[in-house]
Amino acid sequence: MSGYPLLAVEDLTMHYQTRAGEVCAVDGVSLSLERGQSLGLVGESGCGKSSLALALLRLQPENAQILRGKVLLDGVDLVSLSEEEMRKYRWNRIAMVFQSAMNALDPVYRVGDQIIEALEQHSNAARQDMVERVGELYKLVNLSPNFIQRYPHEYSGGMKQRAIIAMALACEPDLIIADEPTTALDVIVQDHILREFGNIRKELNMSMLYISHDMAVIAEVSDVVAVMYAGKIVEYGTAEEVFNKPIHPYTRALMSAFPSVTGEKHELATLGGEPPNPLDLPTGCHFHPRCPFATEVCAEQEPPTVRRGDHWADCWNPPED
Amino acid sequence: MAAAAQPTSPNEDRPLLQVEGLRKHFPAGSSRFRRNERFIHAVDDVNFTLGRGESLGLVGESGCGKTTTGKMLVRLIDPSDGHVIFDDGTGEPTDIATLRGRPLKEFRKHAQMIFQDPYESMNPRRTIFDTIAEPLQVQDIGTLVDRLDRVMEMLALVGLTPPRTFLFRYPHELSGGQRQRVAIARALIVEPSFVVADEPTSMLDVSVRTGVMQLMADLADGLGIGYLYITHDLAVARYMCSRIAVMYLGKIVEIGDTEEILRSPQHPYTQALLSAVPVPDPTVAREPVKIKGGVTTLINPPAQCRFYPRCPIADDYCETNDHPPLEHKGQEQEVACYKA
Repeated sequence: MSGYPLLAVEDLTMHYQTRAGEVCAVDGVSLSLERGQSLGLVGESGCGKSSLALALLRLQPENAQILRGKVLLDGVDLVSLSEEEMRKYRWNRIAMVFQSAMNALDPVYRVGDQIIEALEQHSNAARQDMVERVGELYKLVNLSPNFIQRYPHEYSGGMKQRAIIAMALACEPDLIIADEPTTALDVIVQDHILREFGNIRKELNMSMLYISHDMAVIAEVSDVVAVMYAGKIVEYGTAEEVFNKPIHPYTRALMSAFPSVTGEKHELATLGGEPPNPLDLPTGCHFHPRCPFATEVCAEQEPPTVRRGDHWADCWNPPED
Repeated sequence: MAAAAQPTSPNEDRPLLQVEGLRKHFPAGSSRFRRNERFIHAVDDVNFTLGRGESLGLVGESGCGKTTTGKMLVRLIDPSDGHVIFDDGTGEPTDIATLRGRPLKEFRKHAQMIFQDPYESMNPRRTIFDTIAEPLQVQDIGTLVDRLDRVMEMLALVGLTPPRTFLFRYPHELSGGQRQRVAIARALIVEPSFVVADEPTSMLDVSVRTGVMQLMADLADGLGIGYLYITHDLAVARYMCSRIAVMYLGKIVEIGDTEEILRSPQHPYTQALLSAVPVPDPTVAREPVKIKGGVTTLINPPAQCRFYPRCPIADDYCETNDHPPLEHKGQEQEVACYKA
């Protein structure tokens, strides 16, 4: 078991076949995640961050195809597993918290029964034990056990999100993928859930892949940060390095575009242009049409990787160290 | 950003909008045979003013009544009680809370709204020209040629250039940011005195969001438009608004200068709201939010302070007395709290 990181993704590439043409949603992504670590994946909508999450679980839609690459969980390549074998990993070893808690629960079943259904897939325990386990899970995520026998419509948004987290934790997975779990929630509820999530993660020594477009949330939950643009990871490093000394112009633009309530009120920088059309990506560096530092070479050739220790970014014109 | 109105006539001293005792009570489960006695107090005795060319942020969590308040100001919802005195300095001050018929239609030239979701607020079967020109058509302003010129002007103003290429496209051909710019153009084409903007940037991506925020701020400065900017995001309010009003369950609990409130929030709810905002700096550890669970029901709520069940500093006095009034407590801003 030791020797491997918990999760290692190598050169993962996934395409969608659409009527308008082929879309390269995940383009040669490589990253690794140690046990107990949390990785924040940040990017705008349509940059491929949710597609990457689905590909890790092999839950990609039918028109998607993993062209190449590996997803190694403890050294086992999930991409090459049969569907039957993959099912043993899903939920048991990797669980996912989906973006819209509102739609992730089935409205016609009691929430407790839905969690038990997930448990039944992966254990042969007696029903009574499973009911007890659901009680434990509810305690863990700070939900009243009275709600186990209730239906989703009786839950508030924050409670549904807690129930979804409880469901993801049911089989004590090694890795949790959280795809914008708090985006639809109010700040105070978001704060509670992020804190609880953090505590539970520490308690169970779980790893987490946290996906968000919100730089502030990413700063709070991540040990390591990966910035994604047009299907590629463009910058990768520890949270301190990426936030204090960002290399890629896109990362810098994202940060200065983000309003903050603390500190001096700084001018918000506007990133010109619109996110790229995935059907017709710019040549060379995908970011070059919006980049204030772009030179001729950026439009012609793919950018080289600039390394500063473990912190790296793909850019032709990085700032001085 | 809020250019103080230059007093040129005595009338100019009056604010654009003076909201007094505004209420909206929705019936909760009425029946044909039984008189309804249960009401949801969505907005309950709200008072504030909006100056000419000023932008006021209305901040609060979902369900606090901020959208209902905004919709009452543009009369998309009829108030249950209260007054909204509108005075743009050109005519007599009028109470728009009870307007009907022709005067109401006339008022709609002065008040416009920008909605949250640019994907839902436009008719997918109408071209951009039709969408932006519709207010002119409804108000019967100008000929078709005039309207075309105005729409081209507006498109250029909101940064959709060259305007000609956008005129006869449909909403589905535009990105979210572009659609929101169309929504802004549609709201501003009648040259309103104020605009209610309901979370206009919350559905947009970060990199596009700043552009739209900047545009709205520039237009407010250039055209002297007042904004009621509804948002749940204090950070966005900081950049868009010179004053903010914090709302909790139908009541304004704190109102004043934006920077003042962010620097020293007086109401325990404002404090909780501020401490819950994530900080984009991995080295900062925020204080935990000091607030209890449990929410007062909005259906015929008790007279006591609305925040009492969640308040970390409440005592017996708060429990037995009515909801506190908005007052100055030695600070710039007004607060509705006995303990602040």
